[in-house]
Amino acid sequence: MSKKKSRRSHGSDHSGPEDHAQKGPQHPGDAGHAEHTFGSVTDKISSIVLTRKTSRGWLGGLLFSCMLLMVLMYASAYLLARGIGIWGTTVPVGWAFPIINFVWWIGIGHAGTLISAVLLLLHQDWRTSINRFAEAMTLFAVCCAGIYPLLHLGRPWVFHWLMPYPNTMGLWPNFRSPLVWDVFAVSTYFTCSALFWYMGLIPDLASLRDRATGRAQRVIYGMMAMGWRGSAKHWQRYEIAYLLMAGLCTPLVVSVHSIVGLDFAASIVPGWHTTIAPPYFVVGAILSGFAMVMTLMIPLRAVYRLEDFVTNKHLDNMAKVILATSMMMAYGYLCEVFYAYYSGNEYERYVTLNRALGPYAWSYWALLASNIVCPQIFWFNWARSSVPVLFFVSLAVNLGMWLERFVIVVISLHRDYLPSSWRMYYPTVWDFAHFLGSIGLFFTLMFLFLRLLPMISIFELRELVHEAEGEA
Amino acid sequence: MTLDLHAGESHHNPATGGSPAEEFPYWRGLEELSGTPEFIDSLRREFPRQASELKDPESRRTFLKLMASSIGLAGIGLSGCMRQPDEQIVPNVRQPADRVPGKAQFYATCSTLGGYARGILVESHEGRPTKIEGNPEHPASMGATDIFGQASILGMYDPDRSQDVRKAGLISTWGEFSKALTAQLAKLRGKKGEGLAILTETVTSPTLATQLRELLRELPSARWFQYEPAGRDNVRAGAKLAFGEYVETVYHFGQATIVLSLDAEFLTGMPGSLRYAREFTDRRRFVAQPKHFDSGEVSIDGSHEFHPPMNRLYAAESTPGLVGATADHRLRMKAADVEGLARAVAAELGIKVAENATTPGSVPADWLAAVVEDLKSHPGQSLVIAGEGQPAVVHALVHAINQKLENVGKTVEYTAPVEAEPVDQLASLTELVELMRGDKVQALILLGGNPLYSAPAGLEFAKAFDRVSFRAHLAQDYNETSFAAHWHLPEAHELECWGDARAFDGTASIQQPLIAPLYSGRSPVDLLAMLRGHPEWSTYELVQRTWKQALGEEGFEAKWRRAVHDGVIAGTKAEAKTPALKFVDADRTPASRSGLELTFGPDPTVGDGRFANSGWLQELPKPLTKLTWDNALLISPTTAKRLNFVNEDLVELVLGGKSLRAAVWILPGQPDDSVSLAWGYGRTHSGRIGTGPGVNAYQLRPSHQAWFSDGLELRATGTKHPLAVTQTHHSMEGRDLIHKMTLKQATEGSHPPSHVRQHPEHEPTLYHLEDPSAAAWGMVIDQTTCIGCNACVIACQSENNIPIVGKEQVRIGREMHWLRIDRYYRGPIESPETNFQPVMCVHCENAPCELVCPVAATLHSHEGLNQMVYNRCVGTRYCSNNCPYKVRRFNFLDYSGELGLSAVQAPSLSLMHNPDVTVRSRGVMEKCTYCVQRIQEKKIDAQIQNRDVRDGEIQTACQQACPASAILFGNIRDKNSQVAQLRQSPLNYSLLGELNTLPRTTHLSRVQNPHPDLPMPAKNDTLPLNPTLLDEIGHESEGQKPAAHAPAGH
Repeated sequence: MSKKKSRRSHGSDHSGPEDHAQKGPQHPGDAGHAEHTFGSVTDKISSIVLTRKTSRGWLGGLLFSCMLLMVLMYASAYLLARGIGIWGTTVPVGWAFPIINFVWWIGIGHAGTLISAVLLLLHQDWRTSINRFAEAMTLFAVCCAGIYPLLHLGRPWVFHWLMPYPNTMGLWPNFRSPLVWDVFAVSTYFTCSALFWYMGLIPDLASLRDRATGRAQRVIYGMMAMGWRGSAKHWQRYEIAYLLMAGLCTPLVVSVHSIVGLDFAASIVPGWHTTIAPPYFVVGAILSGFAMVMTLMIPLRAVYRLEDFVTNKHLDNMAKVILATSMMMAYGYLCEVFYAYYSGNEYERYVTLNRALGPYAWSYWALLASNIVCPQIFWFNWARSSVPVLFFVSLAVNLGMWLERFVIVVISLHRDYLPSSWRMYYPTVWDFAHFLGSIGLFFTLMFLFLRLLPMISIFELRELVHEAEGEA
Repeated sequence: MTLDLHAGESHHNPATGGSPAEEFPYWRGLEELSGTPEFIDSLRREFPRQASELKDPESRRTFLKLMASSIGLAGIGLSGCMRQPDEQIVPNVRQPADRVPGKAQFYATCSTLGGYARGILVESHEGRPTKIEGNPEHPASMGATDIFGQASILGMYDPDRSQDVRKAGLISTWGEFSKALTAQLAKLRGKKGEGLAILTETVTSPTLATQLRELLRELPSARWFQYEPAGRDNVRAGAKLAFGEYVETVYHFGQATIVLSLDAEFLTGMPGSLRYAREFTDRRRFVAQPKHFDSGEVSIDGSHEFHPPMNRLYAAESTPGLVGATADHRLRMKAADVEGLARAVAAELGIKVAENATTPGSVPADWLAAVVEDLKSHPGQSLVIAGEGQPAVVHALVHAINQKLENVGKTVEYTAPVEAEPVDQLASLTELVELMRGDKVQALILLGGNPLYSAPAGLEFAKAFDRVSFRAHLAQDYNETSFAAHWHLPEAHELECWGDARAFDGTASIQQPLIAPLYSGRSPVDLLAMLRGHPEWSTYELVQRTWKQALGEEGFEAKWRRAVHDGVIAGTKAEAKTPALKFVDADRTPASRSGLELTFGPDPTVGDGRFANSGWLQELPKPLTKLTWDNALLISPTTAKRLNFVNEDLVELVLGGKSLRAAVWILPGQPDDSVSLAWGYGRTHSGRIGTGPGVNAYQLRPSHQAWFSDGLELRATGTKHPLAVTQTHHSMEGRDLIHKMTLKQATEGSHPPSHVRQHPEHEPTLYHLEDPSAAAWGMVIDQTTCIGCNACVIACQSENNIPIVGKEQVRIGREMHWLRIDRYYRGPIESPETNFQPVMCVHCENAPCELVCPVAATLHSHEGLNQMVYNRCVGTRYCSNNCPYKVRRFNFLDYSGELGLSAVQAPSLSLMHNPDVTVRSRGVMEKCTYCVQRIQEKKIDAQIQNRDVRDGEIQTACQQACPASAILFGNIRDKNSQVAQLRQSPLNYSLLGELNTLPRTTHLSRVQNPHPDLPMPAKNDTLPLNPTLLDEIGHESEGQKPAAHAPAGH
């Protein structure tokens, strides 16, 4: 990467991965460790896919994820057969778990693009170790998110009416509806993320092709590598295309969740109808995305011994991002309360009070505790370098972000304008089945990805090694 | 199979009673061979083609069985030869003038409730009755209907109606019954009918009465008994006490400026209620006084009045009801205390009352003083009315008071009894039970009714019933009594057979059939003809015979046609009379009171239990409690707190040695230490809807005192019974949703609704605004006159093919009613003021729902209708979320199928659907359409006649049903339309108008006319957040969790 400016100056004085825990804070770019050569990087990462025996842990994990996936399949089949009345969704709470889950997954899916594209453009080289993984996570999270808007329709079999296509009825979707924007935003985001991810994979796929031992592997990886030979011309065009793609993806980081935010903001439901919603949703998404990357990365790097590549420094950086976005969220929550007070609007005021003191107050306070209070521990160095603390906080934030969507969706809806229609919402077993099932889908895809594709970008790491060597 | 009902006078000739088997001699061998009851039955059925479709619930299976046996036994060549009824298919050579396919026809007939007729018009589509409307020419209807009238169409198509004659539960035939009856009668005839007893409900039908009398003449020792569970015994006894004879009391609320109701539910529960409601609310109606300018423009300035002067209603009430909710001053008191209040009022007016009478402590002195002052100052313009549940002495006192106030002949009118044979029905039933117990009854014929279920438990009717050796029960459903009878006979529905009945004021109507009996039902008159040994007499002939006598032979045909056509027989109104008051209040023996008081009464939605299998009525939220699918023990907040009960607690009621378990529901406004349990629930033998819900309050009803009793004990059981309510929050939270003012404020204009709600304007918008069209449909709902009776809800359900969803679905808020009546409380929780607000889609000009629908399934018509395109809807439910009025309802499931009422499972219900309205599928949003099908129909009519649609020509279903005329619909762009004028009234405001939704439906502020000296309830509806006290007690926090054990649906 020609434009990459190396800010790694003391990568070489680091010892093996086993020391990292004691080393304390480290500098970004540690991943391109001097002890690693091109060969060792490639070996280490590609071996997970090509040569390592399929571990029992992996099999067990996949099996368990598949079981959860079956729950999703079963629940969806039942849903299609009987109708969405199997959920607790009702009037006035017309949106509940499915939309909460949708927003939650989309939020998680944010980290990928952010890490890959935005950090690439900002020359944050430390992203290299985690970007592939984060992109995959994005893709899978968007897959999970994508099933909800379909399934939550009363008549899912006509979902294509949401898309503009020429038809004999001469009908177009209603372009004033944020849900149509949503269709565009999410599908664009998915397409771009998938392309970006796949483009990033091509050189690595070629490496896998070249190192493949079996014929089937060679053929499959070969086809997927699309004839990559690694010539200088290839590299030159590739780099330009990759940068352009990153540039294209960057606005999506803002657009997807802004538009998800607009799904709410464009309505007149008190508690939804706020101008702060789009930025607030984006920040929330980044928060939850990073938290999810952390939640997944911590066990993964332990299992696959990737501490060389995903160092504590990475975790430290992510913790800082979490802390920063958590503070922004706090600002958002404060703003909401202030708006309610300052607007003088009785309905807004009521919603705010109802969040804090109403029947679902537990969720509001739990969300503040996990999204705002917990990450404050990251002000401390020791906390950012303590893997258990990091792991716990990332879990808390994941939960908190789910609760946040619960607070926004359910609490706002359950008591709006006319008290006569106020009603409590209670999820049913099917609501949980679909939620757990989507987690199953996510992990199934994740496990397959880990086993079949290089989870860390080999060529980018090699570049880092190269650059580090050059500097040394 | 449809019938020729041309010009409302043709009729069908029901089979004349001979054994149907005789009509099919050729096939007798085959019957014996095939032997399945279904097969025999299908051969004997009168109208096999339609009936076999309706053979429910297993029509397909039956069909296959039938085919199998036919083919197997008769051979393929013969299988198609089952004899069909003679039917000639001949095209109309000349099309009847008024017969246009696709165009509905209306026939006048009557429907009875408690024996009293209310005139109805039945909409018929190609021979299928589909909708009930009120008959504007009928004095008891004036065009309005109540929930029972509206739901009677469902009663007719009820898939669980009895379809066969049954002998000891096994399917039999009318022929078999006829044989058995003949044998029985042969024995009895020798003894002049001794041992024969007939039990009917209240009879006002002249033909039925004639038949009964003739029968008694022929068999002088036979006996005729009457019993109606929620009957008018107290009214009759009160009249006898006051005048020494039975008289009918007819009220003229139109003349009454001051009304005092003593626990009377005169707005819904009386024979003349529909009329009373109209007359009463006409005196509370805001009439805009349009100012006509030279330009022809109309405007309304600040001055406005009620013409004639607004009335004032004082209501003393035990269980909260509609009268109390409508009242300007409601006084809650135990049912037993009402007598004391009546005496106190009488005494104040100078009527001599029992000397030891004391005014109950629950009557505040200023309240009494205000009432008396008002009554005294309005002689001849006041009206005191006592409830049917109040004892005879209260009625007698009220007669005396009305006499004293010179109201007789003005607001109160006495006529001869409308009933054919007024008796003390409880005494009548008691006597029957005694005779049965003494084995003096050998044959008991029950014409309707369900005494095994509804007789007071103290009578032990069932035990005595078992001793009768021949028990035949004619009923529309196979109910508890049918189950215990030897013979069950299916009764034809009122829409299926001829008949006649009298209204509250004596006016008689002919009841004409709209369709041939769907099943093998026959009318009570048919059965009586059989009893008299003349099975060949048809009801049609007998009804004609009655009226030939009454109207005279001369010109009878024309008179008959007129009567059938109009639904009213001219000149049959009972003459007013002035009976002499003979009542002297005797010394009152003060009753010793112990324990809690338990009050009964017919349930507000399922009545005395006969409507239990009506899904519409089961799912209709009861006006005050908003409870569905159950009756509950209503208890005041204070008493609940004292006894430590919360909502849904199952408690054991012990009264007079009998006990019963019922769920508690806390009801603001219920008197302390008085609890209430409605009749009509706890049916054990009803259909798939009616069997199960609730508990049978008749089991606690003591035989001596009909409507309330003290000495009740309540015991906690520690268990819960889930209840389904449609409204879980009861305070307006300080939001001025139902704007209220006093008459003084209204006339002065001193307390108008907020400016933005009164004068909403188009705010600047980027979007293109539609050019104004010729018509702009709009609606005005008058919250002053709305009595909360729910007639509009059922009318809407019937008109628009709205499904029911079942208790579990209501519990989680998925009821489908397009129109709901919100009920809010204001003031102290113990005795709050109750406000009703009908809310349906308000057709916003700036509709938030339209903006957010991704597929443009909800759009605006150029005439301002917010339209829902079901076919286009994908079901995102965003529109519902974004609707501030929450009037959109979603088909979360395939509700008909879930409840076992789909077209396959209950084919008869498909016939009931309004063909002009789409039946919605699962996953689709729906809501009020302003009855767009009715708008279109009238627009087409107008177009054909090359004219504009006239004001008032289009009536929405809710508007048409409303007894209070509280709903008005029309073109708001036509400045002369009533709607446009009311919209300019200073009372008019847009609900949530500050949201810039610009609703086309606006509401008129509620105006009350309190006595200036009496305090209005404190305005404390501004509790900032939950919990209101009700929530604290458990209304919402625990009240509406879905029951874990019960499956969704049925």
